[in-house]
Amino acid sequence: MKTIEDLLGDHPFFEGLSRDHMALLSGCGKNVVFEEGDDVFREGQAANHFYVIRHGRVSIDIRSAGRDSVRIETLEDGNVLGWSWLVPPYQWHFDAKAVLLTRAVALDAECLRGKCEADPNLGYEMYKRFSRIMMDRLMATRLQLLDLYGKD
Amino acid sequence: MAEPGELPVVPVVVGRADLQRVIESLLSRGYRVVGPTNVNKALIHDDVSCVEDFPSGWHDVQAPGAYRLKRNGNPDELFGYAVGASSLKTFLYLPSQRLWSVNKNDDRLQIAQEDPEPRKTAFFGARPCEVEAALIQDKVLMQGPYEDSHYRRLRENCFIVAVNCTSPAETCFCASMDTGPKARSGFDLALTEIAGKKDHLFLVEVGTEKGGEILAEVPHRPATPEETNAARKLLEAAAKKMKRSIETSELPSLLSRNFENPRWDEVASRCLGCGNCTQVCPTCFCSNFEDSTSLDGGTAERRRRWDSCFTIGFSYIHGGSVRSSGKSRYRQWMTHKLGNWVDQFGTSGCVGCGRCITWCPVGIDITEEARVIRETDIRKKSGGMEEVRIR
Amino acid sequence: MTAISDPMEPVSYRVESTRKETSDTFTLHLEPTNGGLSRPFLPGQFNMLYVFGVGEVPISISGNPSEKDRLVHTTREVGAVTGAMKNLRKRDPVGVRGPFGTHWPVDESVGSDIVFVAGGIGLAPLRPALYRVLSNRHHYGRVVLLYGTRSPDDILYKQEMRKWRSHFDLEVYVTVDRASERWRGNVGVVTNLIAKSPFDPHESVVFVCGPEIMMRYTVEALHKRGVDDEQLFLSMERNMKCGIGLCGHCQFGPEFICKDGPVFRYDRVAGQLDMWEL
Repeated sequence: MKTIEDLLGDHPFFEGLSRDHMALLSGCGKNVVFEEGDDVFREGQAANHFYVIRHGRVSIDIRSAGRDSVRIETLEDGNVLGWSWLVPPYQWHFDAKAVLLTRAVALDAECLRGKCEADPNLGYEMYKRFSRIMMDRLMATRLQLLDLYGKD
Repeated sequence: MAEPGELPVVPVVVGRADLQRVIESLLSRGYRVVGPTNVNKALIHDDVSCVEDFPSGWHDVQAPGAYRLKRNGNPDELFGYAVGASSLKTFLYLPSQRLWSVNKNDDRLQIAQEDPEPRKTAFFGARPCEVEAALIQDKVLMQGPYEDSHYRRLRENCFIVAVNCTSPAETCFCASMDTGPKARSGFDLALTEIAGKKDHLFLVEVGTEKGGEILAEVPHRPATPEETNAARKLLEAAAKKMKRSIETSELPSLLSRNFENPRWDEVASRCLGCGNCTQVCPTCFCSNFEDSTSLDGGTAERRRRWDSCFTIGFSYIHGGSVRSSGKSRYRQWMTHKLGNWVDQFGTSGCVGCGRCITWCPVGIDITEEARVIRETDIRKKSGGMEEVRIR
Repeated sequence: MTAISDPMEPVSYRVESTRKETSDTFTLHLEPTNGGLSRPFLPGQFNMLYVFGVGEVPISISGNPSEKDRLVHTTREVGAVTGAMKNLRKRDPVGVRGPFGTHWPVDESVGSDIVFVAGGIGLAPLRPALYRVLSNRHHYGRVVLLYGTRSPDDILYKQEMRKWRSHFDLEVYVTVDRASERWRGNVGVVTNLIAKSPFDPHESVVFVCGPEIMMRYTVEALHKRGVDDEQLFLSMERNMKCGIGLCGHCQFGPEFICKDGPVFRYDRVAGQLDMWEL
């Protein structure tokens, strides 16, 4: 039976973290499962967790009155879901839905924020990794914005 | 075309009085004879039927953006000038050429290839630079994986009487491009005019069998060593007279690594994008194709027309032009002419005729631009100005 | 190449069928008007297609090279000629000049893994290469298709895509730039697929085709995965008029896209791709 620490250790996002830091993080984590079609979180809700996706597919959707939601991204195995927990007012800006059965480790935001305040080194390691994610997402979003396959 | 090794190597001499026989010999063989003529004080290639049609006694004063014909000291000198705006290109790679016409018939397109045997054209008075330019166009249009059949037909039916340059214009730089002032190949006959006080002679070199056949009908005798010498001296003097030059060593890599050289912005502030240079340049070959339909919609035709890389639509794809700035278009023209051309066809695209300098309304000088790029080469290790060597 | 008599003269073909692919993209199936076999072509090559009295455009061949009695072209409606093509009916004549250009080195890559990265209509010029690989499947290792397009509605060759996905020896990953909540596949840029898809960068030959921006970022992602420049091939596009290297329009630095391309090994054009307004 794998511990939270094992599961996080398997995940590329945490590569390079020290043993101590992994132990600290794992203390905030728990195993979660989302059935196909479940909401992971909704826009406006408090961002209380971030999710380390082990297996499955989660979509990022933007709701629009009177029409279908627009699906702007999907995240799969190896991706990390959610960075609104890092930035006040700690609220989700999008909907996230499990498109397929998804297993993840949910890390409690308040727990993690507390530990980062207490141990700035841990905080720095987290910020290094999340800023990388944000950059990749921004790059990707910009490319999507270009509508490259559109007419002109 | 030249067939070295099979022809009389010793030059001969034809007197001024007998020169007319060359024209008559060509006319009698069904050639249309075209040569430089003075039309409204400009040198235009036009039909000639006699030697008097040539602009004897005229000399062209050329400078960036300026062209004038002036009387020279010797009113009998037939070829005492350099070049006009047009070149052999006007007659071989036609500004407008019908390629084919087609009829639509149910599920079928029927091509009608009307191709009357093209009129044979003889060029009397072709300059070495334009003879060389024709050879360069041959490489582009006939020696690639595909050839232009219309160009080939006109080219195979032409006769060239080159006249070496004894009076270059100020904008000429064929000597530094190694294309003149003496024609080395690509001609059927090549003349050098010796318009002395006592004798008015033409030293004649035979380039091909066809040339030999024509010469056979013209009174001539072997040239004396003095006459051969005189001609040589005239041409050496002509080469020395040329003040402009381009340093051609490693031009392709120089131009390609100076893609971001600020000089391009400077030229762009002057260049109007008018494309005159591409029209008068004897090697420019860019073309466009026009499809048009008859009024009753039954027949369509395609024409090939001269195009210019300076037009904004030249590089249009997907809703925009790749080269939309004037700067990028000037840079493309010059880099292609002096650089890429070498990679593509094995020779420079420039023959040093200077037409682009003269006919540019704002007087942009390609030799000056090449010099500045070289002097401001981004790869320069030393700080000073490099001296330009003239060949 | 010398089999073509006058490369400026179109050969008469006629429309055998047209197929709508997406809202603005369609496929023409052409057969020679005189019957018989159409000119053989290699994957990656293109034809100049002529609509009577309207004009001519270059279009990549997107059919199966082993189907010798027809020429298949998928294109988008972007102007007068393609607009006229969209309205062609069965038996309407079409003039064909070609095939021209360089090809995807499919046969030359025997023994390697093959990765196709297609963006939007870039799938069309890659399809003949995919057909060729599938017809000689045992000569290749892993075969992977990564396809990114605008939205689920814009997926080209939907029926065939389903068929390809059902092959056990072909890995197909599709992503879209945006979708509705009814789409349960990937959403995101195709470069994301490159980071995640299982191919060995050292054993793979990669063929990339799509909008130039997409190809640039794809190359970046492939480099990150460790793909060598000599194993990477792109299909370039520029304004074309003659298709045979005589009109000067398609020049890309010293290369003529119509005869030195459109397929290029990446290292040959790497420098030019960074030159703005080349």
